[in-house]
Amino acid sequence: MSAAPTPESKSGLWHDAWRRLAKNRAAIVSLWVFAGIVVACLIGPVIGGWLGIDATTINTKISGQSPSGSHWFGTDTLGRDMLMRTLTGGRIAITVALVSTLVALFIGVSWGAIAAYAGGRIDFVMMRIVDVLYGFPTVAFVIVIMAVLGTNSLFVLFALIGGISWLTMARIARGAVLSLRNREFVEAARAIGVTPLRILFRHILPNASGPIIIYATLALPAVMLTEAFLSFLGLGVQAPLASWGTLVTEGSSQILVYPWLLVFPAMVMSTTILCLNFVGDGLRDALDPREQR
Amino acid sequence: MIRLISSRLLAGIVVVLTVATICFFLLRKAPGGPFDTEARQSEVVKRALEERYHLHDSLFTQYTGYMKGLAVGDLGYSFKQERTVNNIIAEHFPRSAAVGLLGLVMALGMGLMLGVAAAWRRNTWIDYASMTAALIGVSLSSFVIGPMLIAFFSIKLGWLPPTRVDSLSSYILPAFSLGLVYMGTVARLARGGLLEVLNQDFIRTARAKGLSEPRVVLKHALRLGVLPVVTYIGPAAAGLVSGSFVVEKIFQIPGLGMYFVNSIADRDYNVIIGVFVFYVSLLVVLNIVVDILFGILDPRSREAR
Repeated sequence: MSAAPTPESKSGLWHDAWRRLAKNRAAIVSLWVFAGIVVACLIGPVIGGWLGIDATTINTKISGQSPSGSHWFGTDTLGRDMLMRTLTGGRIAITVALVSTLVALFIGVSWGAIAAYAGGRIDFVMMRIVDVLYGFPTVAFVIVIMAVLGTNSLFVLFALIGGISWLTMARIARGAVLSLRNREFVEAARAIGVTPLRILFRHILPNASGPIIIYATLALPAVMLTEAFLSFLGLGVQAPLASWGTLVTEGSSQILVYPWLLVFPAMVMSTTILCLNFVGDGLRDALDPREQR
Repeated sequence: MIRLISSRLLAGIVVVLTVATICFFLLRKAPGGPFDTEARQSEVVKRALEERYHLHDSLFTQYTGYMKGLAVGDLGYSFKQERTVNNIIAEHFPRSAAVGLLGLVMALGMGLMLGVAAAWRRNTWIDYASMTAALIGVSLSSFVIGPMLIAFFSIKLGWLPPTRVDSLSSYILPAFSLGLVYMGTVARLARGGLLEVLNQDFIRTARAKGLSEPRVVLKHALRLGVLPVVTYIGPAAAGLVSGSFVVEKIFQIPGLGMYFVNSIADRDYNVIIGVFVFYVSLLVVLNIVVDILFGILDPRSREAR
């Protein structure tokens, strides 16, 4: 995997990009909202613990209560506090999204970079495979795999979601590597006898990190949706763990009686995804201003 | 063009065969057989059942048998019901197809309208509003929006039927929740594609000739500007297939998606492989159609290879 270059090392590009991003109000607001949600998910359950509220204690005396001062998001049918459930669910959802995106990043960047660097027939075949997979019902395939494996540990989930989310990343990495592979510094490295893989991972990829970081940001919300999607089908995060996807699933079956069970987790999840999309878009416009006007 | 189509067709057949092979061996290696779950059956009955479906033959014999059937479009018998997989698909797919097609049409129609409006009035409030709407569409998902739509339009207002499908109006909510995500992406692609085209010389020529603005945008620019959207139809259709699993669950539509998900829990091997192979074949054909459409819209692509 490529090491991200420090911003100082190429202050021109990153500095300009940062200035353009700072002017994009939607992206900046989204960044703050996202940061707020992450912080809330991290420390919320801790604070709740001090106050004697957690996500798992079942108390049927207070089951199905609507939002109130003592339970801001209400309680579910077992009397568990929905705010705490949403926050701990966020921990799981964000973790799954981050790790799966890293898996997708690793597969996609390796695939695209190798295709571009090898060129010729290998490139053609590798990218045709990506084309075919784009039109492929990948989630259905994940369902088949889940049926075979039977178990659903979190690691299987990381691997599977990452394993179906790397296609765009491969295309981006390929494009970036193609534009760099004939530059002088690569030729220089080749001339002094650096091995191809080392050239690829030490010389080319760090210089291609801009677009790769952008698409990693854009992959995050997509991956989060995939996890929620699988959880909805009962194939994602399994009890006793709960992610936003599982909370939304539980809530959607009771929307008529206890609407807050769906509305709050759904709102927090959708807001997070929307913010990530805004930030990713903002980053893309900031680093690649050509597209804007 | 014909060469392109035939090469794509060949590649498609390879894909379908590969998929069928992988699924076949994956499922035969899966822990737990299809007849393990029935509680009250004796060992003899189980053996007889397995015998009937040739589960005791060698893997190779089973595989060649299955492939021979596949070659003539026969997907075999369900392990759980007294009927063929073809029969199941024929019964359940039309409903899924109706919801999926309507969803695709909604996504393309509304997405194109948003995208064209945004590109046409670029950097105005129309542009920002459309693109924000598109982004919200991308960020929502069918399982968030579906239950809320039911609660609001069906229960509160009573305008549309909540679940099941018996009339045309009952397709609207499922199709909308299915298509919403793709509407957002279509709008963004249409805007990008159109903006790129609007800067080109032939558009300036068209304007210089004194053509009216709607004619320039809708007739000259849109034909090329829509190409990214056309390319996206394939992936969108793949997404609609997956989306149908969830939407059919929410709206209780007895379509193929719901059947597929349920057959996993049943370990009904033949149904799992059969439906999956069916989906893949469907998408392969659709992608070829998209390629042809692309060739019609963009004359340049006909020359290439």
